[in-house]
Amino acid sequence: MFMLNPNIIKDEELEILLTDVSSLYGYDFTQYSRASLKRRLNRICVIDKFTSFAELRYNLIHHPEYLQRFIEEITVNVTEMFRDPSFYKALREKVFPKLGTYPFIRIWLAGCATGEEAYSIAILLKEANLYNRSLIYATDINPGVLEKARKGIFPISQMKQYSENYILSGGAADFSQYYTANYDMVKFDTDLKEKMIFSTHNLVSDSSFNEFQLIICRNVLIYFEKELQNKVFKLFNDSLDNFGFLALGAKETIRFSNLENHYKQVVTEKIWKKIK
Amino acid sequence: MVKRTEIFLIGGSAGSLTVLLEVLPQLNDDISFPIIIILHRKSHPDSVLNALLSNYTDLEVCEVEDKMTLKSRCIYLVPPDYHLLFEDKHTVSLDSSEKLNYSRPSIDVTFQSAAEIFKESAAALLLSGANADGVDGLQYIKQNSGLVVVQEPGTAEVDYMPKQAISQVKTDHVLRPDQMAGFINRLCR
Ligand SMILES: C[S@@+](CC[C@H](N)C(=O)[O-])C[C@H]1O[C@@H](n2cnc3c(N)ncnc32)[C@H](O)[C@@H]1O
Repeated sequence: MFMLNPNIIKDEELEILLTDVSSLYGYDFTQYSRASLKRRLNRICVIDKFTSFAELRYNLIHHPEYLQRFIEEITVNVTEMFRDPSFYKALREKVFPKLGTYPFIRIWLAGCATGEEAYSIAILLKEANLYNRSLIYATDINPGVLEKARKGIFPISQMKQYSENYILSGGAADFSQYYTANYDMVKFDTDLKEKMIFSTHNLVSDSSFNEFQLIICRNVLIYFEKELQNKVFKLFNDSLDNFGFLALGAKETIRFSNLENHYKQVVTEKIWKKIK
Repeated sequence: MVKRTEIFLIGGSAGSLTVLLEVLPQLNDDISFPIIIILHRKSHPDSVLNALLSNYTDLEVCEVEDKMTLKSRCIYLVPPDYHLLFEDKHTVSLDSSEKLNYSRPSIDVTFQSAAEIFKESAAALLLSGANADGVDGLQYIKQNSGLVVVQEPGTAEVDYMPKQAISQVKTDHVLRPDQMAGFINRLCR
């Protein structure tokens, strides 16, 4: 059985599709990393049974309702709760004490996918007694994942792993107190989402919409080319309070960007403080 | 036709760490291409394994970061929980998409990506392991005229992976661990 994706879409064809989607629908993926895009496009051909570039293109052009599915599939939405526990531990120990000095805390979670990260942050804020004066703005390009995030319902099969992650992140409570199980799913407590605002926001084309003390954007920039990464760093810089914090994914860095000198890494995890 | 190797990929699962620890010390320190290692392991911090491997080689063991530029004379260990993809011959991307065959990193994914970018200048070695990750990837390497090398199953702690590879892919070389370093050193010309 061949589990890898076949090569249905050629490099030139990929460029044509990106141009179509940009000119017809205003979604600009032209500065996304090609290696991942190529895999995703070939994957969508397999899943949705397109046997050629022409078929996929026809569908995209003539069925505008297909666009949302297209975006959902060519972006990667994989996420977990307390992914990289040491990151959350660093937030608890090194960042939250600083955030605590603000009367009001605004957090932007950019590329929040199906929301697992948002619920993790909400739990952390609760345990640090900061929740009541915090607001979490959770955004994503993709309305479908936000819909799921709003529900806060996740498979029960994941809870063992999440609970282990939670403990490794320094969590001392019983993780299961945060949700109610129902058959094979669990629903996280509604008070965890009281302070969450979900909204679509496209990092490529939308502008800054508030000032934050903490911006978290993990495993989104890996899908962007360098130039687009720089543009997004500028957007974050414009949206971050002086001395605010910027947190990235485990393998992402602001180090090689033009803004490198404006930030100081505060822990070995990927968390920076804006210093000018 | 003489192929010039521009990238050397090593994939392995259960039983492959001991092979690496035997091979690494014997590698010349002027290897003319980057070496990429894709290992299945529990997703604990990669710093531990990086530090371990560093003790066994004169080559530099480099941390992989997204969009980093590859250097020759460097060994790169793909970090846990990411797939590694090639943007071009010098730049890699990390990708946190779905696991493939329960694996992330997936050997198949990186082998396939390397095959597409490097074509005949890719060389891939598949070691011991209990699953078939890497076998399809080797197929891609072969289809693109790259070099396919497999650990001799008799020497593998777990022979399933190399056996599958040999039975499904036209393998160029089947090597014992003690032959591997010499083989890699000789590719550097
Ligand atoms: C791999 S997920 C990361 C989820 C989570 N942050 C984590 O690290 O587990 C990447 C998310 O980025 C979103 N994304 C991709 N392009 C985007 C863009 N231009 N603007 C906003 N979000 C985007 C995708 O829809 C997806 O939900």
